[in-house]
Amino acid sequence: MSPWRLAWRRLRVNRAAVAGGVLAGLIALATIAAPLLAPADPLAQPDPVGLQNLPPGAGHLLGTDGFSRDVLSRTLYGARVSLAVGLLAALLAVLVGGGVGFAAGLSRPAVDRLLMRGVDVALALPRVFLLLAVFALWEGVPLAAVILLIAGTGWFESSRLVRAHVRSLRDSDFVAAARALGAGRAGVARHLLPHVGATLIVCATLDIGNIILLEAGLSYLGLGVQPPTPTWGNMILEGKDLLFAAPWIALAPGLALLFTVVAFNLLGDGLRDALDPRRAR
Amino acid sequence: MTGSATPATPATPPGREARVPLLELRDLRVTFPVAGGVARAVDGLDLLVEAGETVGLVGESGCGKSVTALAILRLVGPDGHIAHGSSVRLEGRDLLALPGKEMRAVRGNHVALVFQEPLSALNPVLRIGAQIAEAVRAHESVTRATARWRAIEMLTMVGLPEAERRARQYPHQLSGGMRQRVMIAMALVCRPKLLIADEPTTALDVTIQAEILELLAELQRKLGMAVLLITHNLGLVAETTQRVAVMYGGQIVEEAATEALFARAAHPYTEGLLAAVPRLDEPRERLRVIPGQVPPATSWPAGCRFHPRCPYAWERCRTEAPPLLEAAPGHRARCWLVEEPARRTRADAPPGEKP
Repeated sequence: MSPWRLAWRRLRVNRAAVAGGVLAGLIALATIAAPLLAPADPLAQPDPVGLQNLPPGAGHLLGTDGFSRDVLSRTLYGARVSLAVGLLAALLAVLVGGGVGFAAGLSRPAVDRLLMRGVDVALALPRVFLLLAVFALWEGVPLAAVILLIAGTGWFESSRLVRAHVRSLRDSDFVAAARALGAGRAGVARHLLPHVGATLIVCATLDIGNIILLEAGLSYLGLGVQPPTPTWGNMILEGKDLLFAAPWIALAPGLALLFTVVAFNLLGDGLRDALDPRRAR
Repeated sequence: MTGSATPATPATPPGREARVPLLELRDLRVTFPVAGGVARAVDGLDLLVEAGETVGLVGESGCGKSVTALAILRLVGPDGHIAHGSSVRLEGRDLLALPGKEMRAVRGNHVALVFQEPLSALNPVLRIGAQIAEAVRAHESVTRATARWRAIEMLTMVGLPEAERRARQYPHQLSGGMRQRVMIAMALVCRPKLLIADEPTTALDVTIQAEILELLAELQRKLGMAVLLITHNLGLVAETTQRVAVMYGGQIVEEAATEALFARAAHPYTEGLLAAVPRLDEPRERLRVIPGQVPPATSWPAGCRFHPRCPYAWERCRTEAPPLLEAAPGHRARCWLVEEPARRTRADAPPGEKP
């Protein structure tokens, strides 16, 4: 049985991880199927005066906001931004970070040192302020740029993790054995690549939650993807002033955010335990 | 016998039989920097291995056996240093002078190494078939399918049942003996001329040990390779080798044909090793041990390195380091007793050991 199958078995018996995985899967499905599930157009303002701030009820399951827009539809569509940014930026970040860390781990000490000192410097930069500055200056920043910027400022830690992993594996007997049979750097890399895969998967999954929170935070500050496109962050911002009068406007995206982040974190923790049995229990 | 035709003996010009040994180590010195000095792990080692021959390299742990194996492949790591003036020749070619790329082409292809612990020496997340195929592809530009086929063929040759199914399995699904067979398959898949087996059976059950040794002997007959068997186990050497080199303190202290060595050990250290092996064909007595320990490689004693533990040592041994002296034709020992055999007496001379 392959190590992946064994990991799958360990994951399946971890209830929290299964719950997280199922929830994350449902959220992802709902996001993809938003046009089918949403009862209304998230941007439509049927009657900004008569239908605004309606409480949840038969017509609008989660009520309406200050512009009479359907909160449920907006929450569903808002998930698209959050998940697109979360998933793609996390994927990009671990691919770049994994690549740099892998290369550094296998390189000569001089190259390794150069790369890792660069990463040290990058880690010292305050990420949120950096993003704030860029988004504040760049009006109407497209979604792709948001993803690239978040990924571009978020790959450093995974590069360190992967490098450390590669370093520890480099001294293992099976690498020595592969070398003794003529493996060069490429051969050693092919031996190590599958090991690093597990680290990257865990890293990416745990990153998703963080990035979704980061994007929501930036949106809340009015940066990044701009209204009227719904994002959870700008929805919470819009509902903030009516938190007591019409709490559903901020609560719906807020709870969606909470559940999504918790789901991905539970899944990530479970994956880490499943893929590295030494750490479990 | 070494007379059997080996496929890849270098073409020597007719008439001039300049026989080049397969492997020739001359004055091999390997040092490691350690806290408080430099460890001279291998310190002036000479060793010959002829094509097709099986040579045993015997010694206690810490005497430099494994380092010697790694030094032949230039794999003493970033810390180890092979001293200037050392020479490692494979069919006359100086391996220490080869550029890195050509050295890689030697490893596995001409000289292969089998490690002691087959579980940790196999990659836990790669299927064994893929690992063997990887060893092929390190040296030959063959297609994936060919490499895979070669892997399965080799697994069959090392006696792994259902090789095709096993090739798709992972190391943790195999037993210890099977893993060692896989290691051997991996080492031999490129048909090296020399196999260095570093304690190949130490991690295995006794019954499996015999199987693996049998397998090695059989493969050696089939493939015509030479084997350098590194072990602390004299019993293993007696059964499988033609020649034995005994190592102590980073040097060869005795070298002889296996039979000669077991019949008339010339060096007191070898004598001690033989006396420490339990025998079934003699009345039981307490097993003898060699007093003391191998001195640290950072400070070998002056004179003969064995003199602090030697029952015969006299003044000369404490001051003058003996060279390898010819005790009989083809039988050399690094001991002054070869020149002064009358000194081979001691107060506590054990019974039943008079030569």
